[in-house]
Formats: sequence, structure tokens, C-alpha cells
Amino acid sequence: MTNIAPIFGLVLAGGASTRMQQDKALLQYHGRSQIEWAYELIAPFCVATFVSVRADQREDPIRSKFPQIVDRQPGSGPLAGISAALIEHPKAAWLVVACDLPFITEPTIRKLIEERDPQRIATAYRSSHDGLPEPLCAIWEPAAREVARAHLASGKNCPRKLLINSDCKLIDLPEPNALDNVNTPDELAAANARLSERPHTDAKDAGAQQSSVSLRVQYFAVLREQAGRSEEVIDSRARDPVELYAELQQRHRFALSPAQLKVAINSEFSDWRTRLKHGDTIVFIPPVAGG
Amino acid sequence: MKPFAFSHAPLQPETYRTALADPTAGAYAAFEGWVRNHNEGLAVTRLEYEGFEALALKEGERIVKEAIERFGVVNAACVHRLGSLEIGDLAVWVGVSSRHRAEAFAACRYIIDEVKHRVPIWKKEHYVNGDSGWVNCERCAQHAHTHAHEGTGNRG
Repeated sequence: MTNIAPIFGLVLAGGASTRMQQDKALLQYHGRSQIEWAYELIAPFCVATFVSVRADQREDPIRSKFPQIVDRQPGSGPLAGISAALIEHPKAAWLVVACDLPFITEPTIRKLIEERDPQRIATAYRSSHDGLPEPLCAIWEPAAREVARAHLASGKNCPRKLLINSDCKLIDLPEPNALDNVNTPDELAAANARLSERPHTDAKDAGAQQSSVSLRVQYFAVLREQAGRSEEVIDSRARDPVELYAELQQRHRFALSPAQLKVAINSEFSDWRTRLKHGDTIVFIPPVAGG
Repeated sequence: MKPFAFSHAPLQPETYRTALADPTAGAYAAFEGWVRNHNEGLAVTRLEYEGFEALALKEGERIVKEAIERFGVVNAACVHRLGSLEIGDLAVWVGVSSRHRAEAFAACRYIIDEVKHRVPIWKKEHYVNGDSGWVNCERCAQHAHTHAHEGTGNRG
């Protein structure tokens, strides 16, 4: 066994949104609220995924739908949310994504994970604007816990300054605008215009439009119970098991993350990135317990 | 007999043992997994096993063939129970016949270890307090995560 910390996900959604004059987590860019969209974007990569909230936001209708990490130092900005997560699950590394980054794509997240260096405090993108670390789309390792706590304790709230002064791995963005954020109503209008110009406005990699295929999904054990059925035939636009599980997890509220599952296509173990074909039978395999 | 099989009825180790007999074999080792009345501090009343049979049969057969090749034994087989089991029931049987005892023990150990980690079989425990749970799936995400990464490890 290795000592690399498992990745947990954290959607930062506790901001005051003062400049936007409305709650940024509820803005819609992709036909869904940004908090839901960001959560679904990162959940397939994480063992467990949470949203970061202030104590007074816990019960609001949209945030209460998600597992939450509550800020311990309200008013200290996103670093307080990250710090709370690092304290709550000290053995996890945290894939942190702010909910006001509508241009993030799945490849943005995947590259971050592939290039992760668990020996550093964090792995982050280098801003295409100023070359400095982007702390709000980054992986924070367990070793960041004490650094973040001390930073906050000394009255400093800026996660970017923390990363500048730490042993952080910086990598280049796959697309220069992927981390442009949206803070004002004008920026929101511009962002929506930009997204509508994309051939595909969802978070997946740009590719040929996939028409839907008919797939048979069989369920066993805990997934069978949670789905309330042992199989179903569905029409799906999912290109691979990663996308299919994200769709089914949403529909059936599966508790297991993809990191805990294996996948079989047509009764053989398969890769999560295998292209799905019309008529395939897919099984997601929960942790086994024979013997 | 088939290298790997499921049974919905009680297992018959005496029958399987006979099927592994061979004039070149001077040793036979078997392993039996029984249903016990506790797990991780909880009192267990009964179990249910569920299998993804189409894939489990293939993976189980691969494991038995690996063991025969790796340890050079004469014959080997594994039978796993499915359905509802009571305390003391036989859940899984592994048998190996070989020329000498050392490789029989080793192959037997290899087969049960690999079956537990690789074959898509799930166990639901029913507890004295009325609760139930799928082992490795419901108690702790961290535990299950670790387990998932052990799936194809090279032990033995």
C-alpha cells in the first residue's frame, strides 16, 4: 500500500457574492446551478465530495442537498473553507474548486489529478494572467493543514499568498481561459455569451456530438438496493463508464464514488475510459467481499 | 469438476474432494470458509451472498488456473455458496491435490486470497440488532477505497 492520501472533493460555495449582488452558487451557466454543476464535475474523481458553507448557509435549499463542510472562521474567505476541510478529514487530500469558475472543463480537473505531486503542500495551476498559483482549482495535500491553520491564525486570509510562499507544484492550464472567474453581472453576461458560442456547453471535452445509445445496466448488492432494481435499459449520451456512472449516480443517489468501484462491460473487467457502444451491458462493481 | 463454481444449495466437500483425486497426488489440502457469528464487533445472525455470476465464473476460473500453473499442482477447484446462510454454514470451499504438501498449502492459500479480492461476490450481514449491511460498502468510504486498490495486487 502507498501512503498517498485519497482525494476528497470540495466545492467552495460559501462566498458573500457582494459584487454579483446575488448568490453566485445559484447562477446558471450550463442549465443547472453552478454549485450543482461544479459538484458533478469533480465528484467522479473523488472518494467523497462536499460543499463548503458558512454556518448560516447550512439549511438553504440548494446547499442542504449536499454533504457539507462548515467554515470554522466565518469572514475569512475561501481559505477558511479549505482549512475546515483539511481539519475535518485530516488524512484526505482536497480537490478544491470554486463555484464561480464556469469555464473549467473535465480535462482541467483530470490534468490536475494526473500531475499531482502528493509530496508537496499543493498542486495548482499557474494563472495565465499573472503566472501566480490559482488556489481555488487545486489539490491541497494533508500537509497543508498546519500551514493553513497558522496562516489564518496570524490574520492572513489569502490562499494565493499561502501557496506563493509554500512548496507548491505549479502546472500550466490546458486552456488559458479555463479559470476565468465571474464576479459581476457584466462578467456573467459575457461568460454566458462565451459559453453559448461553444459547440458543446457542457463540461466535457470538446468532441463530436455523441448521439444517444441504448445501454443495459445491471446492478448488484448495495447498488441494486439503492437503484431499487437489478437492471434497466437506458438511452444515454454517456461516452464512457465515467460519464455513465455520473449520470446514474445523479439519478439513483448512489453513495459509492467511482474510486470505490470497478467496471465491467459485457461481463469482462474494463477500463473506465472505454468507449460505450449501442447494446453494451455495463456493471459497476462495488467493493467485493467473497469468502 | 469445474475449476470454479457457484452453488445455491449446501456445499458438499466430500464429493468435491473425490473429484480432485489423482494417482500422482500424494497430498491434498482444503480450505473451508464458515459463517461466523460476529464481524468487526457486531453480532451477526445470518448472511446473504450475491454474485455477478457471468464475470465471477470467468475470474474464478482464471484464479484457479493461475494457482495450478504457479505452484505446479495436480488439480484445484473452488466452490462458493450463494443465497442465504446461517451461522456455521460452509460459505466457500477450496481444494488442491498435488504431489507434495507444500505446494498444496500454497495453492490453496493463493486461491482463497485471490477469490476474496477479485471475484465479484458480495456479502450482506444481518445483525442481532436488526440492522444489515453490505460488507466493505457501507461502513467506511476510506476502508472501501483502500480495498478497491488491492483488487489486482500480486500476493503469494
